[in-house]
Amino acid sequence: MSDVEEAVTRAHREEWARVVAALTRRFGDLDIAEEAAAEAFATAVERWPADGVPPNPGGWLTTTANRKAIDRIRRENKRDGKHKEAQMVYDDDPPEPVSAIDDDRLRLIFTCCHPALAIETRVALTLRMVGGLTLPEIARAFLVAESAMGQRITRAKAKIKAARIPYRVPSAEDLPGRVSGVLAVLYLVFNEGYLATGPGTDPLRHDLTAEAIRLTRLIRTLLPDDGEVAGLLALMLLTEARRTARISAGGELVTLDEQDRGAWDTALIAEGHRLVRERLAAGVAPGRYQILAAINAVHTSARDIRDTDWSQVVALYDQLVRLDPSPIIALNRAVAVAELDGPQVALAAVEQLAGDLAGYHAYHATRADLLRRLGRGEESRAAYDRAMELAGNTAETAALARRRAELP
Amino acid sequence: MKYLVSVIDDKTDPGSTDRQPAISAFNRRLIAEGYWVFAGGLADTDSATVIDNRGEQPVFSDGPFVESKEYLAGVWVWEAPDLDVALKLAAEASKVCDRKIEVRPFQ
Repeated sequence: MSDVEEAVTRAHREEWARVVAALTRRFGDLDIAEEAAAEAFATAVERWPADGVPPNPGGWLTTTANRKAIDRIRRENKRDGKHKEAQMVYDDDPPEPVSAIDDDRLRLIFTCCHPALAIETRVALTLRMVGGLTLPEIARAFLVAESAMGQRITRAKAKIKAARIPYRVPSAEDLPGRVSGVLAVLYLVFNEGYLATGPGTDPLRHDLTAEAIRLTRLIRTLLPDDGEVAGLLALMLLTEARRTARISAGGELVTLDEQDRGAWDTALIAEGHRLVRERLAAGVAPGRYQILAAINAVHTSARDIRDTDWSQVVALYDQLVRLDPSPIIALNRAVAVAELDGPQVALAAVEQLAGDLAGYHAYHATRADLLRRLGRGEESRAAYDRAMELAGNTAETAALARRRAELP
Repeated sequence: MKYLVSVIDDKTDPGSTDRQPAISAFNRRLIAEGYWVFAGGLADTDSATVIDNRGEQPVFSDGPFVESKEYLAGVWVWEAPDLDVALKLAAEASKVCDRKIEVRPFQ
């Protein structure tokens, strides 16, 4: 890649959200902001090789995008023969004092993750407006036709405008709930990358996990005191650190107990551990992402699976169950219980969840594994079959098939 | 910005019938805080009549234009600065009415 291409790529990564956010604030219209930002980057691709990279690429891009937006508004005014008021996501609050929270990008994120939009729409809109992913990239990530994804984003922008979804950081009173909505969107993007669904896709989508981490880092710079933001970032880093060990050369999903721990990314682990320690030191009751991060910190602290502090893992799951008594958390707790109290105790706990999780592949996979360890081969085989029927991830299906074939 | 706020009831699982005093108190608050434009409860859907005069003669038909389990039980029109304000009020309205609420902006 040439220096100029690299500069354009870096500017896109670093400045896209800032340009879109500033334009949305100025013109009160996501559509105009998105289009003008895209045009400004296209102009940079054309001009920078000849003119050289400007000393302040972000400033150049914002100025160029502003000009493009004004051109478009003038064109439309002429066509419509009337003054067009940019009146959609307006904000009539007086400018707030400059602080970490006073960043247009934060407004942009909260608007894209507004609870009045469907969750798939929030994900798509965030990846487009904040992440700067193109429509084909987003469509491919979620195995949706490009036209359908385009319609989803267009409809969302139209709803934001028509229903007047505000362009602002929520009030202190609403902030925790709205931040957790934003984190849910980012976690969904990450998980789709970490355990991609669908037969035609790579089992791991590094583009999606990397994008989720990048956006979570951005939120962290904007909301540095939020414990759950730090927790989610730590959780993502400690999960991403194991990425290369997670798929075998043969394309099978490798579970934690069989992973080559030497292949884990030590820099990501160190950063994740630092965040977890920071949260522990804060002395504030942790939320679910912080507890999940702590569980992953325990796993990534063990050089060998046998060194894992399982009682600590179970204790953290107990804490999580009190916060979120969902059957999926209980299932994950049972996996740790198997290591601490043996497969018999764990199986009893797992089978209590049959009613809730009969349609969930991980329930059958966990049960199959426990039955295998208890020497109940016939039942284990049937459970693997059911798990394979329900699993959507190609690498996971391959791993299940191998384990089933290895049964005596 | 004006929003049409619809109160939705369910024929198979209707909301409680003792809500009028609470709704009246809520309305007084909407008026005092400047959100209230209009409100009205609707008679039963059986009392509706549909008129179609797109052809040569008007055709009247008895009953609502669509039969459904869920139906419109009443409406408000609110004036609110943005959707967040409308949704917050609608969340209260849902509790007050013991029914689902739809918020839809006017053009």
